[in-house]
Amino acid sequence: MSTATSSEHLNIVIVGHVDHGKSTLLGRLYADTGSLPDGKLEKVQAICRQQGKEFEYAFLFDAFLEEQEQGITIDTARTFFNWKGRQYIIIDAPGHKEFLKNMISGAARAEAALLLIDALEGVKEQSKKHGYLLSLLGVRQFAVVVNKMDLVGYRQDVFEGIEKEYREFLAQFGANPERIIPVSAKLGDNIANRSQAMAWYQGPTVLDALSAFKKEMVRSEQPLRFPVQDVYKFDARRILAGRITAGRLKIGDHLVFSPSNKRANIRTIEAFNIEPVLTSGEAGQSVGITLDEQIFVERGEIATHQERLPLVSTAFKANLFWLGKRPLEEGRRYLLRVVTKEVECEVAAIHRIIDTMDLSQQQGSKTVIRNQVAELTLRAKAPIAFDLSSSFEATGRFVLVDDYDIAGGGIVTEMIRDDQEVLREEARRRDFAWVKGEVGIEERAQQYGHRAAIVLITGGRHTGKSFLAKRLEARLVADGRHAYLLDGENLRRGLDADLAEGQRGQTMEMARRYGEVARLLADTGLIVVSTTNPFGLDYAEAAQSIKTLVHPTPVIAIHMSKLPEEPPANADIVFSGPADFDAATRRILDELKRRGVLAQAIGAKPTFQYSI
Amino acid sequence: MKHLRQLEDQSVYILREAYKHFDNLAMLWSMGKDSTVLLWLARKAFFGHVPFPLLHVDTSYKIPAMIEYRDRLAREWHLNLVVGQNKEALAAGMNHTLGRVTCCTALKTNGLKQLLEQKGYTGVILGVRADEEGTRAKERYFSPRDKHGDWDFRDQPPELWDQFKTTFPPGTHIRIHPLLDWTEINIWEYIKLENIPFIDLYLNKGDGTRYRSLGCAPCTTPIKSTASTVDDIIEELRHTTVAERSGRAQDEGRGMELLRKDGYM
Repeated sequence: MSTATSSEHLNIVIVGHVDHGKSTLLGRLYADTGSLPDGKLEKVQAICRQQGKEFEYAFLFDAFLEEQEQGITIDTARTFFNWKGRQYIIIDAPGHKEFLKNMISGAARAEAALLLIDALEGVKEQSKKHGYLLSLLGVRQFAVVVNKMDLVGYRQDVFEGIEKEYREFLAQFGANPERIIPVSAKLGDNIANRSQAMAWYQGPTVLDALSAFKKEMVRSEQPLRFPVQDVYKFDARRILAGRITAGRLKIGDHLVFSPSNKRANIRTIEAFNIEPVLTSGEAGQSVGITLDEQIFVERGEIATHQERLPLVSTAFKANLFWLGKRPLEEGRRYLLRVVTKEVECEVAAIHRIIDTMDLSQQQGSKTVIRNQVAELTLRAKAPIAFDLSSSFEATGRFVLVDDYDIAGGGIVTEMIRDDQEVLREEARRRDFAWVKGEVGIEERAQQYGHRAAIVLITGGRHTGKSFLAKRLEARLVADGRHAYLLDGENLRRGLDADLAEGQRGQTMEMARRYGEVARLLADTGLIVVSTTNPFGLDYAEAAQSIKTLVHPTPVIAIHMSKLPEEPPANADIVFSGPADFDAATRRILDELKRRGVLAQAIGAKPTFQYSI
Repeated sequence: MKHLRQLEDQSVYILREAYKHFDNLAMLWSMGKDSTVLLWLARKAFFGHVPFPLLHVDTSYKIPAMIEYRDRLAREWHLNLVVGQNKEALAAGMNHTLGRVTCCTALKTNGLKQLLEQKGYTGVILGVRADEEGTRAKERYFSPRDKHGDWDFRDQPPELWDQFKTTFPPGTHIRIHPLLDWTEINIWEYIKLENIPFIDLYLNKGDGTRYRSLGCAPCTTPIKSTASTVDDIIEELRHTTVAERSGRAQDEGRGMELLRKDGYM
């Protein structure tokens, strides 16, 4: 289909209850603006005659045979047309509730929306659900189109009744439509041409409303958010690639990566076939940068300027819509994705289910079923960087993956301060002020043939933790690695000697000191092997503090127990029962390889993240 | 120009996601304008490199100039070119006179499926655009195919906020479509902006015709056109109301829905 050149394009989604006429509106828009290819209208009319059914504008875009047979849209279609120097990409979303996931896929891409309501049927279930979801999805610009006015005799009172009811519904969550337009898509009233039958309506036509939508709010004026997508080393350059989701960056900028707290300056901005060389980038752009220092940063970290850091925690509250085939369950684990970060998470609590029909709330549910919206708390396995969706769009939203599919999406409404916050803040302040020598961590890794890491063995008394730790240290050193056994007992009588007897029982302070020592040793490039012996049965708590303080050094958490028991959350390897210590040592070495601490080629693709 | 850069930013983001998530990734290249723009976008995304193989499913009925162009760019851009062909079907005499859908299924769909199976690709990048024809307008950026390579358009996975389907059961694969949001005219504007080399079959060379869409020689017909430069093409497209693929026989009737359901590109 032809499209004239335009300087701007705008993504529009058409939503609303099934049968309220979305596809018909779309077909009419195209026909009335002369945007259909030659013969398309005639071809579809001919098919209709052949099949003995009345022609409908909707058939122009319901491409699948099944869609035409059932007279409904199954999946979102993208179509294009041009009007007054702007190219519109119109996304026709299905209205049937079976296909809500398709509607959401369509609406999530949109910068503005048209929401259709049938004048005869009035405000229906999906009219409300779609209105609510548009708001949740961040589509703030929209017009309500009251269709099939011909079926109610073009009566103003019917229109005003719907307008009042729907505005009241939208107002409950602060949504405000730009326009409410009475139309008949079938007959062409107020689509491209002003209706003769509704002289009482003085507002814009649908086409006027489209022209009035503004191009997405400029996010370049916000503080910088640059989530790292990947790290490339195809040639001499080590390039951090990603899409800037807010703000701007330029050569020379000092960047902080969260949650690792790594810092470096931008040396160059890389691009292919661009003259002159780029010196800056802004929101929306997919860019590549090189840094003045070879720091280890990974996909999923968010680069920002130091003045406006993102939030870092393991937990947040969110509003979520669920699309999964099986219900979301409290206590179950899912893969959480925030922009490019992927981490396992647990549904810590389902606070309430929100009925999008009347916005009533239901408490005490342990599951969220398909197409429901819920308020919940998520707890991630590792700290992540994010924002509240009220301040940043892209870094304030997430999806959950269940099995192989994206099964839900949501927006972050509140950060939850976890018990690690004090330590995390200590680590952040300490890392920002850290004085570095001329030898970087990557150079040490190259010299040693491995990255620094902490192997932390937890478990109850007499489970063989020390024995395994010693065996592992010996094996690593025999293999030519630089490894060291950090036994907590050695700190107890030295570094911890000032702690009073009572304080010595206080796991927190001992763990803090232990964590700082481990952090120092990791900075020297060692593989630190350690146990939680000095902490007794408080091992889980101590292990968490140590992890926070040594972050982002990789921690391989090993748990040992004599009896089958519930291992602490986040254990990487669990050994239960009497262990074969040689086999256990080999298993840990494999894990060190898998985590990229010890070099190994993974598949055909070498790992560029950290060249050893 | 700004809207072209926005399209480019989105396509580059998709290509980088594909490269990050798929260990065994390949890109389909038919040497047409769209897949050549796609190839160019890969060089953009990976800073001059193309870090995966390019697949060409050779039906043996392609126009000879396309093969010459293919081999020249492969040399100059250091491409890892993998050519597949359904030799059995060709040996058995498959051609378009046996029925267009039959021939496309045998030589293109099955040729592609054979190649994917042999090489075990789990991610395949294609240059399809939503504005080409109806079923493509319904595609996802990351679109799963089942064990038989079939497309279940009735139950497509959700896709939102640039989060894509990147995990899938063993034996299935994902089709990746970075050009979905591009229109035909965007493609030509971008070719002009970036000065991308293209086959001159798209231009009128004095006989008053040119190809608007390239496929197999027997099933692709040139259109009447005086456009002899990229600027002419853009100008022509601004005013035409003829569908791009009107010269492509396979689109007739329900051909495309049936083909694509079975795994056609």
